[in-house]
Amino acid sequence: MYHEILIAGFGGQGVMLMGQMLAYAGMKRDLNVSWIPSYGPEQRGGTANCGVVLSTEPVGSPVVTEPSDCAVMNLPSLTKFEPAVTPSGYLYVNTSLCPDEVTRDDIKVVRVAATEEADAMGNARVANMIMLGAMMGGLEGLPFEVMEEVLPDVLPERHHGLIPVNLKALARGREIFESAE
Amino acid sequence: MKAVFTRPRSLTDGATHYCPGCIHGVAHRMVAQILDEMDLADRTIGVSPVGCAVFAYDYFQCDFQQAAHGRAPAVATGIKRAVPDSFVFTYQGDGDLASIGTAEIVHAASRGEKISVVFINNAIYGMTGGQMAPTTLEGQKTTTSPAGRDLADTGNPIRMTEMLATLPGAAYLARGSCHDIKHLRATQKYLKRAFEVQERGEGFSMVEILANCPTNWGMSPVESLQWMEENLVPYYPLGEFRSPEEVE
Amino acid sequence: MSERQLQMVKGNEAVAEAAVRAGCRHFFGYPITPQNELPEYMSGRMPEVGGTFLQAESEVAAINMVYGAAGAGVRVMTSSSSPGISLKQEGISYIAGAELPCVIVNMVRGGPGLGSIQPAQSDYFQSTKGGGHGDYRMVVLGPATLQEMVDLTYEAFDIADRYRNPVMILGDGVIGQMMEPVRFPDLMDPDTLPTKEWATKGRRDREELNLINSLYLDPDACWAHNQHLARKYAEMQENEVRYEVVHGDAEYFLVAYGTTARIARRSMTDLRERGYDVGLVRPISLWPFPEKAFRDLADRARGYLAVEMSLGQMVEDVRLSVDSSVPVAFYGTAGGVMPHHADITQQMEDLIRGTGDDR
Ligand SMILES: Cc1ncc(C[n+]2csc(CCOP(=O)(O)OP(=O)(O)O)c2C)c(N)n1
Ligand code: SF4
Repeated sequence: MYHEILIAGFGGQGVMLMGQMLAYAGMKRDLNVSWIPSYGPEQRGGTANCGVVLSTEPVGSPVVTEPSDCAVMNLPSLTKFEPAVTPSGYLYVNTSLCPDEVTRDDIKVVRVAATEEADAMGNARVANMIMLGAMMGGLEGLPFEVMEEVLPDVLPERHHGLIPVNLKALARGREIFESAE
Repeated sequence: MKAVFTRPRSLTDGATHYCPGCIHGVAHRMVAQILDEMDLADRTIGVSPVGCAVFAYDYFQCDFQQAAHGRAPAVATGIKRAVPDSFVFTYQGDGDLASIGTAEIVHAASRGEKISVVFINNAIYGMTGGQMAPTTLEGQKTTTSPAGRDLADTGNPIRMTEMLATLPGAAYLARGSCHDIKHLRATQKYLKRAFEVQERGEGFSMVEILANCPTNWGMSPVESLQWMEENLVPYYPLGEFRSPEEVE
Repeated sequence: MSERQLQMVKGNEAVAEAAVRAGCRHFFGYPITPQNELPEYMSGRMPEVGGTFLQAESEVAAINMVYGAAGAGVRVMTSSSSPGISLKQEGISYIAGAELPCVIVNMVRGGPGLGSIQPAQSDYFQSTKGGGHGDYRMVVLGPATLQEMVDLTYEAFDIADRYRNPVMILGDGVIGQMMEPVRFPDLMDPDTLPTKEWATKGRRDREELNLINSLYLDPDACWAHNQHLARKYAEMQENEVRYEVVHGDAEYFLVAYGTTARIARRSMTDLRERGYDVGLVRPISLWPFPEKAFRDLADRARGYLAVEMSLGQMVEDVRLSVDSSVPVAFYGTAGGVMPHHADITQQMEDLIRGTGDDR
C-alpha cells in the first residue's frame, strides 16, 4: 500500500488540518506517514495545498506531485490538480465551489457538496471534515474510528468541545462516499 | 492630487503580487509618478531589496538590479560611481535596511553618496512571514516575539531617519506615512525633494515611509491603517529631518 | 503525554527541540525561508527552559554571537538556509580556527544567489569542502528522516564538544517543512555536562588565563596549529563516519543522501521488483565521507548511480572513493526541482543496460 494524497483549497478552508489528521491517523495505525505543506509567498491569499503519504513501505518523497487520492476544495485547485491524479486514482471534488465538470474518465470521481452539506449541518466550518470523511472511504487500512483518537491530538484543548460536531461531519462524509460507490 | 491614482508611465501594467491593501503598491505608484514628472525613467537604475519588494523590477519601467539582502546601498553606490549621470534609487524594507543592511545604509549616507533611498517601514518582516524587525514596536507580537517585543531583551525600535540625520553626508532626510490621503501627499512631496537633491548632486537622500503589513499584522487593510495612525505615527514622528537649506 | 511517545512534528521544530533536549540553551538566528519555524520555535521554547533566544541583525552577527557563546563554554546553535549560510562562512572559519564547538543547521534551498526557496542539495561543496577560508573541516551530517535528524542533532552537540569543532546538520527545504512521527530523547540538564576548562568565563580562581583566538602571526606557529587541526580531522575521519548500505549484496548501487536518498530508495524497490540487482549506499556523514562503504563493495559493485538535488557535487567524492574501472553515473536536478523516482529508475536501467547487462 502506498497512498499519495494531495489536498488543495484556499487558505482558511482547513486543508492543512485535513492532511495532518490523515497523517496522525496513519501514525496511530502504525503506517509510515509524512505530511508537507506548499510553502512560500505564493500561498498568500491564493491556494494552499498539502501532501500526505500513507504507506506500508518507507516514505520516499513527501512531496506529492501525482496523487493517488486528491481532494479539491475550490475551482482553481480542480483546474490545477485534475490532470495530476494517477489513472484510476480518486478525485474528491467539493461541488459546492467547483461548478465545472471533471473531464477525465480514467479516474474515480467522488462528488461531495461539502460546503452546502456543512451549511445544512449548521456549521460552515466543518466542510473540510465532511470531505475528509469521504476521503477515508477510499483509503484502505485506515478504520474510520481512528479519528476519535486523532481529533483530541490535533485540536487545541479549548476546542475539544467541538469534537462531536467534527465526528458527525466525518460520518456524513463517509455516508456520501458510500452512497457514491 | 488625483494623479496618485492613475497609472504612471514608469510603472508596468498588470497586477502586482502584493497582498490586498498593502502599501507597497501605493509606494511604487508614488515613486513612478515622480520619475514621470521629472522625466527620469530613461536614465534611472532602480535597486530592489530582499523582502516583499524583491519583485519591484517587474513593476517599474526602468533598468533594475536586484541586490543581496541589505546590500542595496552598496550596489547603488557601484552603479552611481560607474554611471554618474544616471538617477539611482534603492527601495528597501525595514528588515533589509535597518537590520542586516545597517552598515551599508550608514556608510552610503556618510559618504554623501548621490543616491536616493525609498525606505518602507512596516515594523515587521513581511516576506518571511511576520518575524520581529528592528522597527517593531514595544509589545508588538510577531512570530519571533510571541509574547510581544520586550525592550529589555531586544532594545528599542530604531528610528533610522533620526540616526542618519547625525551624518553630514545625508543631504535630505524625511519621514512620511501612507495611512491617509493627507499624509500620502506630504510623502509624495518628500520623495520629489529627495530625488531633486540627487539630481542637483547635493548628496545622499532618503525618505522613510511608514507602511502596513495587513497579512502579518493579522488585520484587515482598514484596521491596519488605523493601527498605523495610532501606534506607528506617534513613535516615528513625521516631517523633514534634514534638507540642503538646513545644511548650508 | 509521555516524553518518549511518538509525535508528529515539523522538521524545523524537530531540530530545535532536539537541540533543547541536548542541553542547548543558546540560539542565535535570522529569518530566512525555508527554516523560519526553527527560530520561531526557539523564540517560544527557550524562555520555557531558561535559555536565550536572540534574533540577530544578520547572519554575520548570529554566527559571531555563536562564536562568543561557544567560547564562553555553552552549547549553542544557529540555523539558516543557503544565502544566510554563505554569510556565515567567515564566522565558521574563525570558529574552526579557534576550535569552538557549535551546531549549525542549513536547510538548503535552490541557488546560486537568491535562487528559489524550494529544496536543494547544492551547498554540498560549501559545507564539506570548507566554504570559508583556510584548511578547516567540519563534521557534516545529512539526515534522511526526521527521526534521524533528531538523533543526529542530539549527537551533534557531543561530537562538537568532543573535538571542539563546528558540526553542521545539512537538511533541505523538504526536510525542514515536512512532518513525520518522531520520538525525542530525554531532556538533558546542561549543568550535568563536563565543564570546558578552556572556556573564557572570567579568570576567577583559575591559574591560567584563557584565550579564544585564531591568530598565529608567526608562520611556524600557524603551521603547528594547522598540524594540530589536521591530526584532529584525521581522528574525526577515523571515528565519525556514518552511512547505511541497503542490499549490500547487490551488483549496482544508487548513491544518495538526505531527501534524495528517500526517493532513490523507492527507485531501488521498483528496480528490484523488476528483477534488477540494485542496492543503495546512503552517506550520512558527508564529511567525513564514507569511503569505506565503497571500499567494502569494491569486489562486487559493477556500477554506481549518484543522485543529488544539484548539478553534481557529492558524485565527485563517490568517484574518488571507487575504483576507476567501475562506472559512476550521475543524475541530478537543481534550483529547487526534486528528482522523480521514475526518472532515477530509468537512469539506473540505462546504466545497467549500458554495461551490457540487459535482462
Ligand atoms: C542573507 C539573507 N538572509 C535572510 C533572507 C530572508 N529574507 C527574505 S526577505 C527578509 C526580510 C524582509 O523584511 P523587510 O525588509 O522588512 O521587507 P518586507 O518584506 O516587510 O517588505 C528576509 C530576512 C535572505 N533572503 N537572505
Ligand atoms: S506580506 Fe505584508 S508587506 Fe508583504 S505584500 Fe503582504 S501585506 Fe505587503
